[in-house]
Amino acid sequence: MTTPIILAEGLTKTFSSRKTAPFTAVDGIDLRVAPGELVGYIGPNGAGKSTTIKMLTGILTPSSGLLRVAGFEPQRERVRLARRIGVVFGQRTTLWWDLPLKDSFTLLQRLYKIPQDRYAANLAYYTEALDLGPFMDRPVRQLSLGQRMRGDITAALLHDPAVVYLDEPTIGLDVVSKHAVREFLSDLNRRTGTTILLTTHDIADIERLCSRVVAIDHGRVTYDGSLDELRADRDLETVVRELYMGRSLVDTTE
Amino acid sequence: MADTADAAGTLAETDDRPLWGPTAYLLLVRMWMRASSQYRVSLLLTTLAQFLTTCLDLIALLIIYTQVKTLAGFTLAETLYLYGTTRLAFALSDVVASGVESLATMIRLGNFDLVLIRPVSSLAQVLADQFTPKRFGKLVAPIVTLGWALDELPVHWTVLKAAVCVGTVAAGFVIYCALWVLTGCISFIAVDAQEVANSFTYGSEFATEYPLTIFGRPLGLALTFVLPVAFVTWQPSLYVLGHADPFELPGFLRFSSPLAAAALTGLAALAWRACIRHYRSTGS
Amino acid sequence: MRVYLTAVRLSMRRYLAYRSSALAGALTNTIFGCLRAFVLIALWKQKPEISGWDLSDAVTYAFITQGLVTPMGIFMNNSELGPRIRSGDVAVDLYRPVDFQAWWLSLDLGRALGAGLLRTVPPVVLGMLLFPVSLPLNPLRWAEFLACCAVGYLVSFALRYVASLVAFWTMDERGMSSILVAAGMFCSGLIVPLTIIPGVLGDVVRHTPWAAVVQMPVNVLLGTQSGGFGYALAFGSLWALLLLGAGRLLTAAARQKVVVQGG
Repeated sequence: MTTPIILAEGLTKTFSSRKTAPFTAVDGIDLRVAPGELVGYIGPNGAGKSTTIKMLTGILTPSSGLLRVAGFEPQRERVRLARRIGVVFGQRTTLWWDLPLKDSFTLLQRLYKIPQDRYAANLAYYTEALDLGPFMDRPVRQLSLGQRMRGDITAALLHDPAVVYLDEPTIGLDVVSKHAVREFLSDLNRRTGTTILLTTHDIADIERLCSRVVAIDHGRVTYDGSLDELRADRDLETVVRELYMGRSLVDTTE
Repeated sequence: MADTADAAGTLAETDDRPLWGPTAYLLLVRMWMRASSQYRVSLLLTTLAQFLTTCLDLIALLIIYTQVKTLAGFTLAETLYLYGTTRLAFALSDVVASGVESLATMIRLGNFDLVLIRPVSSLAQVLADQFTPKRFGKLVAPIVTLGWALDELPVHWTVLKAAVCVGTVAAGFVIYCALWVLTGCISFIAVDAQEVANSFTYGSEFATEYPLTIFGRPLGLALTFVLPVAFVTWQPSLYVLGHADPFELPGFLRFSSPLAAAALTGLAALAWRACIRHYRSTGS
Repeated sequence: MRVYLTAVRLSMRRYLAYRSSALAGALTNTIFGCLRAFVLIALWKQKPEISGWDLSDAVTYAFITQGLVTPMGIFMNNSELGPRIRSGDVAVDLYRPVDFQAWWLSLDLGRALGAGLLRTVPPVVLGMLLFPVSLPLNPLRWAEFLACCAVGYLVSFALRYVASLVAFWTMDERGMSSILVAAGMFCSGLIVPLTIIPGVLGDVVRHTPWAAVVQMPVNVLLGTQSGGFGYALAFGSLWALLLLGAGRLLTAAARQKVVVQGG
C-alpha cells in the first residue's frame, strides 16, 4: 500500500472506572486505509466502533498503540488535523440549532479559513447536488431529519477534507433519502478521491458503497477484506448476522 | 473546486495556521448574539432582571450602613470601593467567560465531541457558548457604585494609586476568568461537582465585597493563599485606601495581584489541557 | 384525592433520586449561610441589638433562610410548567381529568418535601456546629414554625404558579420570571433580614407576599414576630388565598385560550 492515510497499529483504549474493573473498548486494532478508499466499519453495538472513530478524530486519547491520520497524531495535533477531516454524526447535528442553515455554512467558512472562491464554488456545488436551495434560509431546528443530514454532509465537506468519517449517516432516513445519500457518497469518492470511513448497521449501505469492509467485535478486528470475499457465495445479510453473533469467518487481517 | 480529483485535503496547503483563538471566540459570540436577538422582549426583561439582581447586594450594603457608621473599621465609601471593584471585575469576567457554565450540559449530552472536531481552540468555543447580551446588565451597578465611591473617598490620589486602582479591576478580571475555567474543568471529572465549584466562585465574589476581616483570620488567610481571591480587590485596596493590613501580612502582597492573576491563568491553562487529554466522551 | 397524594409521593421520590446533586446544592447553601452569617456578625458586633434581634438571632436566621431557599423555590428554576407551556406539551396536561392547579401543586409539594429533607437540614445542622446558632427547644414554637412554613409554601407556590401561567399569553415567561426572582430574593429576606430595613421601604417590603415565605416563619421560630404567631398565620393565609384564587382565575382564562407553540 502507498502511504496509508489512516495508520493504526496496536491501537488500544481502556477506560478505567472507580466502581468496576477497567473496560477495554478497543483492544489492539491494526488498520491501514489508503487514500481514496471507501471503507465500511461494522460491528454490533458496543463493539468499539464509536471509540475507534473518536480516537481517529482526536476526541479520545489512545491508551496505547500507534495512530496517524494524514500524517498527524490525532489527539496531540487535533486542531491542525481538524482542518483536513470532516465528520458526520447520524444522530447529532454539527450545525447551529437556532441559526438559518446558510449562516452555519458562513460560520464554518470562517472557522476553517476556506478561501472565498473555493467556498463559493463548493457551496454552489453541494447546494445543487443535495438540493439545499429550498431550505437554506430556515433555522436548523425546523429542518426534517433528511434535510438536516444533507446540511451536515455539506458542513463536513465544504473545506475539502482528505478523510470523511460518517457515523451511521442513513439512520432514520426514509428510503428515498437513503438512496440519495448513498449515491452522493459514492459519487464523491469516485470524483474527488476523498477517503471515506463509514459506520453503519444498514446492509444496503455496505452493499452499495463499500469496496472494503472492516468488522469489529469486542474491541478486536474480526474481518478486514473486500466485500466480495466477505460475501463469497452467500448472501450478505447472513454473513453480517454471523459476524455480529461473533462467529469467526474468513479472517484476512493484513 | 469540488470537482477536481486533487482537491481533497489540499485546503491546508495554502495556509496551515489555524484560526486564532480570540478571533474564533469573537466570531462565535457574534453568532450567539444573533441567535438570541430572536427573543427581544424576553432579553430586555432578563437584562433588567440581571441589573436588579446585582443591585441587591448593593442595597444590602446600604441598609447595613443605615445601622452603623463603620463596619470592621471601613466606612461606607470604602466598602463600596471594595464592592465596586470586585463586582466590576466579576461582571466583566461573567460577560467573557461564563459560557463555561454550559460545559456540564455539553458533556452530558455528548455535544463536547462536536467542539473537539472543529479546527479552533476548544476553550474559545466553550467560553463563547450561549453568549447573551443580558450579561451586560450586570455591569451597570458596579460602574455607578465605583464612580460614586471614587468621588466620595478622601483618598489623596497619586499616579501609582490610580494605576493600582485600574490594575485592581484588570487583575481581578483575569483572576475571575481563570476561576471560571478552573471550575469548568471540574465538569470533566464529576458533572454534579460543577454546582459546588460554582458556589466557590460566586461565594468568593460575595466575600470580596466586604472587608476581609469580617471572615476571621483562618478564612481570611485561606482566601489569600489557597483560593487567592484576596488579590481581586482586598490587598490592592488596602494600599489605595491607605489602611493597615488587619492580618499583618507583608506589604508587597498589596501589589501582587498581577502575579496572582498570572499564576492562576497558568494553572487554568494546564488544567484545561489535561482535561482535554483525559476526556472520556460518554454516550454511543 | 388519591391521585394528588400519589403525585406528591412520586415527585418526592424523583427529587430524592438525584441525591448527590441535591447534597451538592446543600453544600452551596451552607457556604452562603456561613458567608452571610459572617456579615451579620460583623454588623451585630458593632451594634448588638437591632430591631429586637441579637447576634444569635441573626446567625440562626442566616442558616434557616439558606435552608429554606430550595423548598420555597426562591430561585424558581425547577418548575416544568413554563417550559411545557412554551413547547405546547401543556395541552396534554390541560386535558387530564384532574384539577390543573392542584396537580401542579402536588408535583411541587413533592419536590419541596424532598428538598426539605436534603437541603434544609444540612445547612442548619452545619451552621449550628460552626456558629452561635440557637434554636428553641419549645415544641410549641416548632409547631408554629412548621405551620407558618406550610402557609409560606402555599404563598410561594401560588406566586410561581401565576408567574408561569403568564407564558400562555407572552409565550416566554423567562424574562418576567427573572425579575420576580430578583424581587423575591430581596423581599423574602434572603439578602438582609427584613426586620432591619428602615423607613418606608422596610414597611412596604414587610407586607409583600414574600414576607410570609421565609421571614415570618423564622420570626415565629425566634419569637421575634411582631403580632406573634397569630398575625403571621393570618398574614400568610390571606396572601395564600388571594394568590391561589388569582391562579384559579388565570387557569380558567388559559383554558379558553390554548395556544400551542412549537412542534
